[in-house]
Amino acid sequence: MFHFIVRRLCLAALVAFTVSAVAFLLLYLAGDPAIALAGEGATEADVLAVRKQYGFDRPLPVQYLGWLSNALQGDFGHSFFFKIPVVELIAEKMPITLKLGLSSIVFAIVLSIPLGVLAAIKPNSIFDRLALLIAVIGQAMPSFWFGLMLIVVFSVDLRWLPASGSSSWLNFVLPTVVLGYYATPAIMRLTRAGMLEVLQSDYIRTARAKGLLPIAILFKHALRNAVIPVVGLAAVQLGFMLGGSVVVESVFALNGAGYLAYESISRNDFPVVQALILLFSLIFVLLTLLADLLNAWLDPRMRVH
Amino acid sequence: MNSLLQVEDLRVTIPAGAARFTPVRGLSFALEKGETLCIVGESGCGKSLSSLALMGLLPKSAEHQAERLHFDGIDLSRLNERQMADLRGNRMSMIFQEPMTSLNPVYTIGDQLAEPLIRHRRAGRREARDHAVDLLEKVGITAAGRRMAQYPHQLSGGLRQRVMIAMSLMCSPELVIADEPTTALDVTIQAKILRQLKQLQSELGMAMIFITHDLGVVARIADKIAVMYAGRFVETGTARQLFSRPLHPYTKGLLSCLPVPGKTASGEPLGSIPGVVPAFIGESSSCGFSSRCPYAAPLCEREPDLTERGSSHACRCVLASAELDELRWEAA
Repeated sequence: MFHFIVRRLCLAALVAFTVSAVAFLLLYLAGDPAIALAGEGATEADVLAVRKQYGFDRPLPVQYLGWLSNALQGDFGHSFFFKIPVVELIAEKMPITLKLGLSSIVFAIVLSIPLGVLAAIKPNSIFDRLALLIAVIGQAMPSFWFGLMLIVVFSVDLRWLPASGSSSWLNFVLPTVVLGYYATPAIMRLTRAGMLEVLQSDYIRTARAKGLLPIAILFKHALRNAVIPVVGLAAVQLGFMLGGSVVVESVFALNGAGYLAYESISRNDFPVVQALILLFSLIFVLLTLLADLLNAWLDPRMRVH
Repeated sequence: MNSLLQVEDLRVTIPAGAARFTPVRGLSFALEKGETLCIVGESGCGKSLSSLALMGLLPKSAEHQAERLHFDGIDLSRLNERQMADLRGNRMSMIFQEPMTSLNPVYTIGDQLAEPLIRHRRAGRREARDHAVDLLEKVGITAAGRRMAQYPHQLSGGLRQRVMIAMSLMCSPELVIADEPTTALDVTIQAKILRQLKQLQSELGMAMIFITHDLGVVARIADKIAVMYAGRFVETGTARQLFSRPLHPYTKGLLSCLPVPGKTASGEPLGSIPGVVPAFIGESSSCGFSSRCPYAAPLCEREPDLTERGSSHACRCVLASAELDELRWEAA
């Protein structure tokens, strides 16, 4: 187990390093940053001055190493737009996004795994069809529209929940439902498929031959095997939720990191974009690592290699 | 009268669209305490389905009916699923054919072994564990304590099957149904496991239904034998009767496939039965074996009943016992 963890950690570090280089180079893919920074109507001299001021005239590897060593010390430079350290900016926005992402994945799992299990117990039953319907709606409905509808019903008509802002946990209820529901169909269908397959297996027959009761068969013997692929999927879903919650964040005016990334891209605010890309990627790497560890805990066969 | 297991006219049907398959078409037998019944037949004759039906473990797509299905005086057909589960793994248990896939890959051997005792006897973890180690040693597993903490993928097929056997014996059942327990194993391990199983059986005084297609195995362990063909018993009797005086052409055919020490000369070809078991949709009125039987006659259009041919010996064939005695298996 120890070797397994060390190997996974090394792999994760390698991926993180590669991602940092890509994040840095993205700056140059978008064109000459000096021209973009100098703005419209800038003279040749202005551009040259900007290039010199920000160090864009140095060779790329030198710039990268400089950026990396600063980044490793927690310094991502200043936002071009807000004129404050990127770190401060992200420290302000990230908790909102983390809260939303985590509560959404919990919501999605709590909803979809029981539904998937129940659907698999009696395939093609009314309940299974109902679960499928819920899944199809979740997959097909645009998040922004669903969010607006929830606002209309629960904030405007019923006045139960706030429509926007992030001041209390109540503000997170509606966005969590929207974002979590979007992740539900895939997790539910994978749980259902996994359960259907596992319930056919010989070791489930063995469990029945031992006289175990249906609850123990389903939740001890079947579910643990069936959720192994679900763990990886849920990790990826959470990664998407953290990085891609732009729509939900803007509908509910949550003003988190996803929305910040979206705005920074349109403002050519490169230090922020670079830092966010690196951060989101690192979170992804971390989540994958966690999923691997969780799977190794669930399935002893994975601990071997 | 007070047989441990009484089965009369057991049928298994599988609805398939408008048609119905009837892979088991009316089995009747009785099993006494401590006795071993071997059910012999080739693949696809309904052996496994019969045993699953007895355990109440048929897949959802199949169903079973019986005139009488009594276990130690309990009418199994009147039990609900929960009551049936109370018996399974407790008073009657089963060993399966597939040791490689019959254990749950994500739990330790010890955990899986302890389950029946915890479920049926409300035993504590420690008590269940001690009993499991004890049984693992009895089925010939060395370093049993260490094995308890291992996972199925760390064990060979032979070891896994021993674990399955130990698991089926956890609650000292009165009846064990073993469905080809040694088929998936090396021949050398087969013999060892059979010996241990046989020894444990007499130690614990349990009855056993042993399902196999291997007559060599049958000769070692059977008290009674039932030869099954296409969902029916074609010949039943004691082990001695069937080996010394087989009557049904199918039994003769099966025996001709075995070399007999001292009788079969080296180089002499062994017998074989041409063709395969027919697939049955619905009821067929002719003798199920007639399509492969070298002695088939027009009379075989109607399937005969299983008739007494001496005490406890019965055979399902239109021919008289004297005629059958004359026949020697000569496959075309």
